[in-house]
Amino acid sequence: MTAPAYSRVCASAAEALAGIEDGSTVLVGGFGMAGMPVALVDALIEQGATDLTIVSNNAGNGDTGLAALLAAGRVRKVVCSYPRQHDSWVFDGLYRAGKVELELVPQGTLAERLRAAGAGIGAFFTPTGAGTPLTEGAETRELDGRLQVLQYPLPGDVALIAAHRADEVGNLVYRKTARNFGPVMATAARTTVVQVSEVVPAGSLDPEAIVTPGIYVDRIVVTGERAARGEQ
Amino acid sequence: MEQHAERLDTAGLAAAVARDIPTGSYVNLGIGRPTAVAAYLDPAQRVTLHTENGMLGMGPPAEGDAIDPDLTNAGKQPVTELPGAAYFHHADSFAMMRGGHLDVCVLGAFQVSARGDLANWHTGEPDAIPAVGGAMDLAIGAKRVVVMMSLFAKDGSPKLVPECSYPLTGLACVDRVYTEVATFAVTPEAVMVTATYGMAFAELAERLQVPIVAG
Repeated sequence: MTAPAYSRVCASAAEALAGIEDGSTVLVGGFGMAGMPVALVDALIEQGATDLTIVSNNAGNGDTGLAALLAAGRVRKVVCSYPRQHDSWVFDGLYRAGKVELELVPQGTLAERLRAAGAGIGAFFTPTGAGTPLTEGAETRELDGRLQVLQYPLPGDVALIAAHRADEVGNLVYRKTARNFGPVMATAARTTVVQVSEVVPAGSLDPEAIVTPGIYVDRIVVTGERAARGEQ
Repeated sequence: MEQHAERLDTAGLAAAVARDIPTGSYVNLGIGRPTAVAAYLDPAQRVTLHTENGMLGMGPPAEGDAIDPDLTNAGKQPVTELPGAAYFHHADSFAMMRGGHLDVCVLGAFQVSARGDLANWHTGEPDAIPAVGGAMDLAIGAKRVVVMMSLFAKDGSPKLVPECSYPLTGLACVDRVYTEVATFAVTPEAVMVTATYGMAFAELAERLQVPIVAG
């Protein structure tokens, strides 16, 4: 018999992140600060796991969130599409000093590798990146008249995402473009942790409008609307 | 081939790109200079803007009380939504590009080759931190790939070249190139000049190492 569904709601972010091991691959949602699970990333710094591989679209902004995790020396490798931003000085410094490894992945290939991991797809071919330095050494075939490159799934041990609302069985809805990587990362990790602005009773969310069904969600933390929006 | 006496300024270039976008198109405008094209689209064109972070029906930049940190464009600037807008997650957003559903994308470039190869993501300099974002997905996925750039670099060297020396974004993917002095259609047969602005065809032919024909 499984635990009752409402037990997915954790009392704190610290409780939600219990058990994350050193060397884990952590998928972190967000596009810039929209959809960034700031409270969960802060809790990951407190939790102490190190030697992490972080999969996220960007490599941290300013000095908080992912940038603080990087600055704390917890990250061995970043897998992302767009590390360089006007406020990515923490990553920039570590990268130039050779203290963090970078795997640069085209954004659509990043999303599709996550989707493949969640959908049980063993590998796929895509024209994105064919003939460019980012796919050097990868198997390339001509399919449907185009050069296409073999890509593998990108599974996580843990996904940390932000959504707008959850119901008590873990169904999620998002807000606007803060949705971004959340739904696909939720499918791609063994354990998915979500921060939300509120948890509502089962039956309160329109079943037709659920974006992430609760089967993908393991732990829920209520952090308040401001935190869910990535604001301090 | 149209011939105009004056070079295009920044606004003129954006307007020229906007004018040629077919009515009813779904369009993605890249970060930087291409973003400015939106302001020159005529409502009668009924263009729907796609932003790769998960939205169709993107509206103008948000100001004042309309700023919502959950609603940004690909450049992470606050934007608005128009009636008929739709939100979706990243795998769906990039399936729209990679699956060939977008009609037009507009991108900046460091270089475009005579074959239509695009280089726009990395200078290749040793201390540069590479960042690719969605450029490679747009380059291979959109039905029409439009580049807007200056035709000559600061040192005067052309950016429309026989072979790109910068790291490539995509192979043989560029269809149109808009610059301050000329617009080009890149076809399998030839690079065709479709309009000139303040520079004669003969001077263009002399300054470019790429063979060109008048369209």
